[in-house]
Amino acid sequence: MSLLSVRDLTVKFAMRENTVTALNGISFDLAKGERLGIVGESGAGKSITGFALMNLLSRPGYIDHGEIMFEGEDVVSMNDKQLRNMRGNRMAMIFQDPMVTLNPVLTIGQQMIETLMAHRKLSREEARKIAIVKLREVYIPSPEERLDQYPHELSGGMRQRIIIAIALLLDPQLIIADEPTTALDVTIQADIMELLLELCQSNQVGLILITHDLGVVSQMTERTLVMYAGRIIEAGRTREIINDPQHPYTQGLINALPQQTLPGHRLKQIPGNMPSLTNIPQGCPFNPRCEYATDLCRTRIPEISHFGEVEVACHEVQRLQSNDARREAKA
Amino acid sequence: MFAYLVKRVFQAIAVMFVISVIGFAIQGNLGDPLRELVGQSVSEETRQQLRDELGLNDSFMTQYLRFAGNALQGDLGTSYFFKEPALDVILKKLPATLELVMGATIIIIGLSVPLGVYTAIKPDSILSRIIMGLSIIGISIPVFLTAIMMIYVFSVEYGWFPSYGRGDTVPVFGYWETNFATADGWMHIILPSFALASIMLPLFIRLIRSEMMEVLQSEYVKFAKAKGINPRRIYFLHALKNTLLPVITVGGVQIGTMVAYTILTETVFQWPGMGFMFLEAVNRVDTPLIVAYLIVVGFIFVVTNTIVDLIYGLVNPTVNIARMGA
Repeated sequence: MSLLSVRDLTVKFAMRENTVTALNGISFDLAKGERLGIVGESGAGKSITGFALMNLLSRPGYIDHGEIMFEGEDVVSMNDKQLRNMRGNRMAMIFQDPMVTLNPVLTIGQQMIETLMAHRKLSREEARKIAIVKLREVYIPSPEERLDQYPHELSGGMRQRIIIAIALLLDPQLIIADEPTTALDVTIQADIMELLLELCQSNQVGLILITHDLGVVSQMTERTLVMYAGRIIEAGRTREIINDPQHPYTQGLINALPQQTLPGHRLKQIPGNMPSLTNIPQGCPFNPRCEYATDLCRTRIPEISHFGEVEVACHEVQRLQSNDARREAKA
Repeated sequence: MFAYLVKRVFQAIAVMFVISVIGFAIQGNLGDPLRELVGQSVSEETRQQLRDELGLNDSFMTQYLRFAGNALQGDLGTSYFFKEPALDVILKKLPATLELVMGATIIIIGLSVPLGVYTAIKPDSILSRIIMGLSIIGISIPVFLTAIMMIYVFSVEYGWFPSYGRGDTVPVFGYWETNFATADGWMHIILPSFALASIMLPLFIRLIRSEMMEVLQSEYVKFAKAKGINPRRIYFLHALKNTLLPVITVGGVQIGTMVAYTILTETVFQWPGMGFMFLEAVNRVDTPLIVAYLIVVGFIFVVTNTIVDLIYGLVNPTVNIARMGA
């Protein structure tokens, strides 16, 4: 049985005049201990997916319909108390910016101990001991002293380690990490990712890593979802998606990596911008930016379907594939 | 800590210096002190002589230094009307005013925090809309009008509360007369306290509400939710503590301002405090008393603000008092 099974998850935002669909029928599964990457440009709906999984969307966003089966229970239909029991306990989240994630007026210890005491019957001393153990696991030096410090006394990298420690406090089954290193120094980014990978592997914790960094995804995850304008457009094993992307958008993303361009040449980019959610083009949402777009693409939304090793939502994928084959044959 | 304290005290002294200059400048320009002292039946020659004796012909600087020197020794001049040291007159009236401010402060703190938090958590509820509507009305109506309406409704129509005076007071710490020791004293202080609070209370409800709403949108509140923390703890610990930091700063200034607002409230309720006394002093052109009042109120203002700054430093961990000012 899979740890997490999402079916047809649809999130809408009730705006003043109309309702905007931010997530459009997302479906995917995650096995126990599996690590999944969600990639896409800003505004693709990655973070919204993360918050929706926790049922933590803030107004005006809401889950319109769909199912999020987590350890056999539907998160969408949980009441407040059940949600509270799940959050931080069985499913934890790591936020984007460690500088604003911790409460500035509470000590690290208070913020860790309250999490433990919210879910387990523990004395303050017992909770403190567990907190110290967890801080050691994320390589925080002299954890006893840290507990009495306030967030502003610690560096960004240190704070993100503490946030990871908080996420791991209650040994959750799943951690959702929403761009956990974008706000950090490049040198610290790799450390944090390595730490996260190590902890997930050694504790058999499932990970959903939300990022726009394909390099990170390839190092960290086993499977990848590529999102565009609130939909999954390509899904499969990370290695296949990185090495042999099928969807023109994924191909564009990978071609845009600096490694794909010779030094001294202009970096490749995908023309245009992600459409705003209020103004999604008809047909395939990617068609105005796609060099292969046909009339069919401009009128009908492609369904996601198996194609070789991966799932792709593209009308033209077959033709693209044969083009590639022909090109390779010529070469 | 010590360095910070010294720094704040120096700032306070600088402010007091400015206040004293302004106060003194008023004294020199508000009517002729001689006329107040001797009337009109004295000849011009005697007047000149008296002027010299009183030092009124000295330069502004000399006069100011004399004034400041006396002030530092607690001598703020002699009231023309009471023929007593001005400071003594004010200090006798001070307890009444401070108790009134205290009463209003208790009302403001006691009501603004729960109401502000409630309207922030449930902004769309009917009760919240009513509270916000009433608060606009409260801010818009001047204190003296609120006071008169309160007297009309609660004293004249219903007769629940007395309409003027302090009622039975009991002396404590020697000369301090308190309202808070007898039932009659309590009855007398309730209406004036509410009248005095009528502007600040809505202001604070709105301030706490908007600060709280902003804090509730913050990442750390979202993170606390993601940790599965009880909403009550999120509201009253995580959010409220952050909400109150800016409120404390504003609050300190407002307590000082409230001392000034007492002029209106005390006049309407015939409250024998220094606000009422100040208005009488203005009517009698009792210049030394007016100046002494300004300096005493300025002093209260500066002291409360300094204390509030120190409290802020203690509450806010990101202000490290121990290291500041070093």
